[in-house]
This record gives sequence, structure tokens and C-alpha cells, in this order.
Amino acid sequence: MFTSLMFTSILPEILILTLAVILLCVEPFWKEEERRNAGWLTAGGLFLIIIVSLLFGRPGEPVSMLGGMIRFDWLGFFFKILFMFAAAATALLLMDHEKAGRRGEAYILLLASLLGMNLMAVSADLIMLYLSIETASIPLYILAGFLLTDDRSTEAGFKYLLFGTLTSTIMLYGFSLIFGFAGTTNIYQLSQLFAVGDISTLLAFSIFALVIVGIGFKLAIVPLQFWAPDVYEGSPTPVAGFLSTASKAAGFAVIVRFFFIAFPDFSTSWTVVLAALAAITMTVGNLLAISQTNVKRLLAYSSIAHAGYALIGVVAFSQLGAASVVFYLAAYIATNLLAFGVVMAFSRVTGLEDIKDYAGLSRRNPWLALMMLAAFLSLAGMPPFGGFVAKVFVFAAGVQAGYTWLVIVGILNSIIGVYYYLNAMKYVYLYRMPAEDEEKHPVPLTRPYAIALGVLVIGVILVGTVFAPWFSWSDAAALNLF
Amino acid sequence: MSFPILSIITFLPFVAAVVMLLMPADRKTEVRGVALATAAIDLLLSAWVYAQYLLGGMTGYQFIEQYRWLPALGINLKFGVDGMSAPLVLLTGIVMFTGVLISWGDYDEAHHISAGIQDRPREFFSFLFLLAGGVFGVFVSLDLFMLFFFYEIAVFPMYLLIAIWGWVKTREYAAMKLTLYLFIGSVVALVGALAMYWTQYTNTGVLSFDMIQMESANFSSSFQYIWFLPVFLGFAVLGGIWPFHNWSPDGHVAAPTAVSMFHAGVLMKLGAFAALRVGIMLLPEGAKQWSWLIMIFAGIAVVYGAFIAFVQTDLKYMIGFSSVSHMGLVVLGVSTLNHNGLVGAGVQMFSHGVMTALFFAVTGMIYDRSHTRQIPELGGMMKALPFAGIGFIIGGLVSMGMPGFSGFVAEFPIFMGVWGRQWLVAVIASISIIITAAYIMIAIRRVFFGPMPEKLEGHISPITALDKLAIFTLCSCMVIIGIFPAVMVPMVERGVENILRLLGGA
Repeated sequence: MFTSLMFTSILPEILILTLAVILLCVEPFWKEEERRNAGWLTAGGLFLIIIVSLLFGRPGEPVSMLGGMIRFDWLGFFFKILFMFAAAATALLLMDHEKAGRRGEAYILLLASLLGMNLMAVSADLIMLYLSIETASIPLYILAGFLLTDDRSTEAGFKYLLFGTLTSTIMLYGFSLIFGFAGTTNIYQLSQLFAVGDISTLLAFSIFALVIVGIGFKLAIVPLQFWAPDVYEGSPTPVAGFLSTASKAAGFAVIVRFFFIAFPDFSTSWTVVLAALAAITMTVGNLLAISQTNVKRLLAYSSIAHAGYALIGVVAFSQLGAASVVFYLAAYIATNLLAFGVVMAFSRVTGLEDIKDYAGLSRRNPWLALMMLAAFLSLAGMPPFGGFVAKVFVFAAGVQAGYTWLVIVGILNSIIGVYYYLNAMKYVYLYRMPAEDEEKHPVPLTRPYAIALGVLVIGVILVGTVFAPWFSWSDAAALNLF
Repeated sequence: MSFPILSIITFLPFVAAVVMLLMPADRKTEVRGVALATAAIDLLLSAWVYAQYLLGGMTGYQFIEQYRWLPALGINLKFGVDGMSAPLVLLTGIVMFTGVLISWGDYDEAHHISAGIQDRPREFFSFLFLLAGGVFGVFVSLDLFMLFFFYEIAVFPMYLLIAIWGWVKTREYAAMKLTLYLFIGSVVALVGALAMYWTQYTNTGVLSFDMIQMESANFSSSFQYIWFLPVFLGFAVLGGIWPFHNWSPDGHVAAPTAVSMFHAGVLMKLGAFAALRVGIMLLPEGAKQWSWLIMIFAGIAVVYGAFIAFVQTDLKYMIGFSSVSHMGLVVLGVSTLNHNGLVGAGVQMFSHGVMTALFFAVTGMIYDRSHTRQIPELGGMMKALPFAGIGFIIGGLVSMGMPGFSGFVAEFPIFMGVWGRQWLVAVIASISIIITAAYIMIAIRRVFFGPMPEKLEGHISPITALDKLAIFTLCSCMVIIGIFPAVMVPMVERGVENILRLLGGA
């Protein structure tokens, strides 16, 4: 039976696939210098898909669809919109990448990965979950190693591939244990089958450990973070931005649904594990970020730390906690894409990526400097940018759940964050180029950057000031978990 | 709803900041014009609010505006002023206006004068106005979430303002130190605020950040005992309380003139005010239990700050440490938890804000011309800059607590209040008055009288009309309050009544 609801539930995915096919058919007929336009097509197409999905693809009451493979609810829907937004911004940032921007494959791979992420957000079955994770990951392995002539990129792609497959295999082992003991792969049936007392705590812990390895790799939480700095540094910058935002958020979509739905009875066990991981992740990420000299590595470590902050909301295991995670991710995606976008715009002109190369940027392009300021202050958690409100909500959820110690760790960490973010801004605003001739070295923005960065910076400010609508959506999404 | 005057006062600087950023960078004069116009409008509006409150015989919270911001979590944009905050809103308006006047500056190649802000004024005024908007926001917020929101907005522009336009030698160090100190303080207080928020929910079932509502949240004694110190001290860091005052003099010295004025004049009040509003008013039981410790800290700050100021040779360091001492008096007044002490603290916040802004303004004018702030290297400024000299002397008299000036109106009740609580502290703290008189008079003698060093001869050009207007505005505030305390004291008293009600008439 094929009903219209079924069609609605995967409307965005159908459209994304259609867009990818159109791109595949059209792109070979374009001339070399026109191929950059694939970025306009991708971004514009995604923009339309977002609008169409918002108009026609909204979920009603949560239902399991397609034989229980996916769950059609606000949680998944909100994440899908976030991913598509991130992919659209990434496509724009990719356009003027010197080596990757004119190759249509990059956009098609981006869309393929996006498709996988969308399915990750709605998977209600372990098999579907695993398949969607792989669908999301494999195109990203290729994209990370996309610059064939660049050794660092090749290394990044290979490293990402090896660790990615390794960890996903471990996670698959965890899934197989679950299936072995429960006899079902449906996440929504697991909670009834796995009541406390049915299985030993040791077994429950080992299942959690195995699954956390796989998802933790996506989230880049300690001790599974070691790939992130190398991969971000080597990958094309827009791809690194996509990895650190959408890919990470997809991991959170999975972790929230998996733990909240399948193992609510075991919440005391896994919240403790995740709380410890959150504390370690924040601390390690921030401490290592201090000494970085390459801006992409700095952002890599900072994004590790941010996964730790967001985990506080998961640990809280409450509706506010889940809502705060979703809200945090919305703010974080916009902010980090902005940060990577600025890095991309800067390195496109200068070819440089070290923090010290940003000296004098505020005179070379005051607007780019302001956008970088907005992104970094938002990452540091300063109002009126999204990062502040997001952090407060996550911390509020933590305090409510009685995890005051974790919130204090988070707060100490955000102080470290302020230090290194401001240190980077010092180069932008305070230091000058060696010859003090900034006027002769402007950093012009091309149109795709102007659009993408403009939209992102407005987004970051809107999330941070008019936060009621975003929060109600996050809250609606969180409601589906309880 | 009536005319939303507080929202306009608060958001106008933000709007102006964005407008200035959108203007072309080379239109320096136009940018300054926009800044001055905005500051003037804000000053007039805040003066109007003040006058209404004072003359209308208002009590409690007035000019209340409320907009639902995030009802699900009980976050509202709620503004209002009472007798404590209205003077501080006016103070912010005054410092903002005079700060813009001072920063206008003049550029004179021949005399090696580069006064005010010549490098990227567009960004400077824009960041300064973000700061000002944040400060207004804190003073008028009646919602704890919004208070934090504006508090943080007021903190981060300081980093940029000091790091970019500050004194080359120490600006990076000082700016980072200041930002980290303030940020640590505020996030510690934030945890306390979140704990208060959830405890209120448990106690009363109300999910709200509304501070008026929180006053009746029935926090238990032990809860207040635990959370009072983190909340109070977290905010008081910005008030320069000993032993967390270390950032403050460094910050003052490194900052450009207008930012020093803002920093010492307004921002430190922000800390004291938030500590009072959130710490004492929402956790009164905790305040009673811990007031002895706050009193000790404040007493040390008063005396220690004065002694350190006495041995400084750098004019700005001297004023910086004198600020620590004077802000110590504010906190000392607050820690008495009685009528006299609190009234004195309220007036002292205003008086010190204006006085220290004036000090920094004059110091900036001298430095721009002589390129030194070392007291021994200066001299004879009275002849060269008579207007600035008179201003500095008036500021000095206020600082010493001379009758007839606002300093006396503020300090006398503070000492009366302290005497009522613990006479020994009052005796010890009063040492600071003598020391203050000593270093102020020494500085005045050396810098303004005495012979002018030869290398400065001919370099000291007169100050501009805008500078004079700024000095005149600041001085007149101090003299008017000194001669007619009735323009401020009754108003502060009305604010204090409310605090005493929360303290249970203690």
C-alpha cells in the first residue's frame, strides 16, 4: 500500500534525489567555466526543497512509516531542515573553491551525503539506521579526500575512511547484540523488550559502549576525536565545515532518538557514561585548542568542545534537555558554518590558513572581520549571538537535572573558550600586516560568499535575539521523544 | 501601554551602532555626528525618566514595559526603573554623552596631538555603543535572563575597545585579563541564577525569570546560604571588589580615554548594581548571613585601594586604584544592609561614576598633549589647561568627600551606616579618607601647579570646546548634588525602602 502520507514522510529525500539526478544529467553538458553554476543549482534547489517541505511535508502526529523503518515526526523534520540548510550553505561556499568548485561530483556527493543524514534523523530501525549512517559517511570520505593533488587532503580522506569504517563496524556489533537479545531491530519496540532486570547491567553497558563508539565518532567526542583535526585541516574547507556541523548534528539526532526511545529505563547508566564523556570532551577539546596555530585545527578542536556542551542536554534526559540540544545544534550549525565560511573566503584570496595570517583583516575587509567576530563570539557564547542563548538553555537543562557539577565544568570550559577565540580575534583587529599596507591587499568577497555569509550571520543573530520561534520548534521536536 | 521610553533608551545605541557600521569608513565626521546625536538623545531621554521619577513622587518600579519573549521558559523582556536604577540610567546617559565628546578629539600634526579617536572611529563608536546599550539594558531589566543577556553584551566590547584602541604597552594583557575576570564572574553568577530559577519552580510552580516574582520565591535559608556568595561575588567582580579587583586598574590604564570613563564610570556600577539587585534583593537571607564577609572584603578594598593609589606615579593607575577604593565604599554601604548605608551606596555609585569619568577625561587630555602620565614628569598644567585643571580639582574635592560636593552626600551616610553595624570597620575605613586627600592633593600640586618641565613647554595646546562642554557637564552634576542633595537622595531612599522591605526591615 502506498499512501500519500508515506510520500509526504520522505518528500524531502525524494526531492533531494531528484535534484541530484538533474544535476547529474545537466552538468556534463556545461562548459568548464560554467560548471561552478552547479553550486547555484544545488543551493537554489535545496532552498526550494526547504520551502516545499515546510509547506507540504510537515509531520502531524508521530507515526512509524514504511514498515517501521522510519519515524515521521517533528524531531526528524527539524533536523532535516537544519541539514538541508547546512548543505545549501556548503554548496555556496564550495562554488569558488579553486579545485573543487568546478567539479559537479562534489555537489552530487554532498547531496548523497545529505540524503543519508536526513534518513539518519528519522531512522526508527537499526538496519535503516546503519544504512543511513553509511550513506551519509561514504560520500564524505570521498569529499574529504577530494583534492587529489593535495597530500593533506588524501591523507584526510584516507584517515576518515579507515577510522569511520572501523568505528561503524564496532557499532554494528553492538546492534547485532541488541538484535540477539531482543529479537527485533525496531527502536520503538526495544524499550518494552529491554526492561531493567531482563539483562545484566554489564551487558547493557557493553551495548552502550559499542554503540557510542560508532556515534561518538560522528560526534567527534573524546576519545574518538583524534581524526577530526587532521581531517578538517586536510579537507576542502567547505567540506570541513559540513563535517563539523551537519555530520555532527546527524550524530546527535541518532544519539537522542536511540537512547531516549530505546533505553529510557537504563537512563541512569547511560547518562553517567555520557556525562563523563561530555566533561572530558569539553575539557580536552578546549585545552588543545589553545595552542593551535592553524585556524582550521582551532575550529576542529573547538567543535570537539562544542559536542561536549551539547551532550549536557542529552545527559539531562528531560524534555528541556532534548529541546536545548536541538536548539544548541541549530545555533551551532549556523555559527560554525559562518566560521568555516569566513576561513574559506579568506583562504580563497590569500591561500593562507594560519591564525597569524589574519593580521590586519579588519582593515583588509572590515565586513569579513565583523562576520568572523560574530562567529567567534557566538562560539564563545556571547550575546546577542546564538551561542549565548544556546549555552544558557543547555546549562539550564543540566542544572534542572541535578548535573550542577557538569554545568560548572561546562562553564569553566567556556572561559577557556573565550580566551582562545578572543586571541584569534586579536590578530584580526589588533595586529597589522608586516608592511602595514593593508589597503593594497584587499580580501574581496565573491557573490556566493556574500550571500552565504550574509544569510548565516543574520541567522546567528536571529537565533540569539528572537529565540522564541526556534525554541518552540526545538521543543516540539523534543516532545516526540517523551 | 504608554510610550516605551526605556526600550528606546536601551535599543537606540544598538541601532546607532549598526547604522554607523553601515556608513562608509572614511566619513569620520559623519560617524561622529551620528554618535553624538544618539548620545544626546539618550541623555535627554534618561534625564526625562529621572525627572519624572523624582518630581512625580514615584515609588517602586515605574515605566514598566513587558513583552513576551519566550513564554515557554518564562523569559520576558521586562523593563522598569526604581529609585536605585534611575540615577544609574542617567549616569550612563551622561557618561555616554561626555565620552563621545571626549573621543571626538582633534588632530594636530604640528603639535603632535592626536586626541580622541582617529583610527577607525566608525568601529570604535559602534563597539562603544554596543557596550552602552548593554549597560542600559542591565540597569532597566527586571528579568533575570535579560539581565544576563545585556550584562554579557556589556562585557565583550570592552575587550575589543581596549585591545584595539588602548595603550600599546599593556593593552593585550589588560584586555584579556579583564575579559576573563568578568566572564568568570558572570558565568558563576549565571549558575546561581539557574539554580534560583529551578528552585523557584520547585517551590512555587512558577517558571519565570521575572525578578519581581522571584522576590517571593521562598528560597530556603540553606539554599540562600549556599548560593548568595557565588551570585554576589560573581557580579561584584565587575564592581572591583577585593580580592578580585586586579583586572580593574590594569584595564583602566590600558583603555582609551572614553573607554576608561565608561569602564570606571559605569561598568563597575553595573557589577555593584547587579550584585545588589540579584544577590541581596533575591537572596536576602543569604545576604544577612554573609554580610560580615562582604563587609570585610569591602573594608579591605577601601583602605588597600587608597594605599596603593597613594604610591602610584602613573596618573591613570592612581585613579584606577582610587576607583577600587571608592567602589569598596559602595560595597561597604551595601553590606551594612541598613537604610543609611544603602542610600549612601546608591548616591556613591552616581557620584563616583561622574567623578571618575571626569578624572579620566582630564587625564586623557593631558596625556594626549604631554605623552606621559607619570606624575613627576608633569607640571604647570593649570596655566596651560585651566579649564581641565579646575575640573580635576573639583573631581578631587568630590573624591575627598568635601561637603558641598556629591562625594560628601554619598560617603557620610555610608560611614553612618557602617558605624551602626560595626564601628570598628568605620574607623578603619575612614583612614582611606585621609589617604585619599593626601594623594589627590599631591597629584594636583605636582601636575597642575609646580613648574612645567622644559620639554613640555609649547606642546600643551588648549583643549577644544567639546572637551570643555564634557568637563562642564560632569562638574555641574557633582556640584548640584552636593549643594542640593534633594535632587537625588529622596529618590534613592525610595529604592532603598524596597530593598529593606525584602530584608524584612532589618
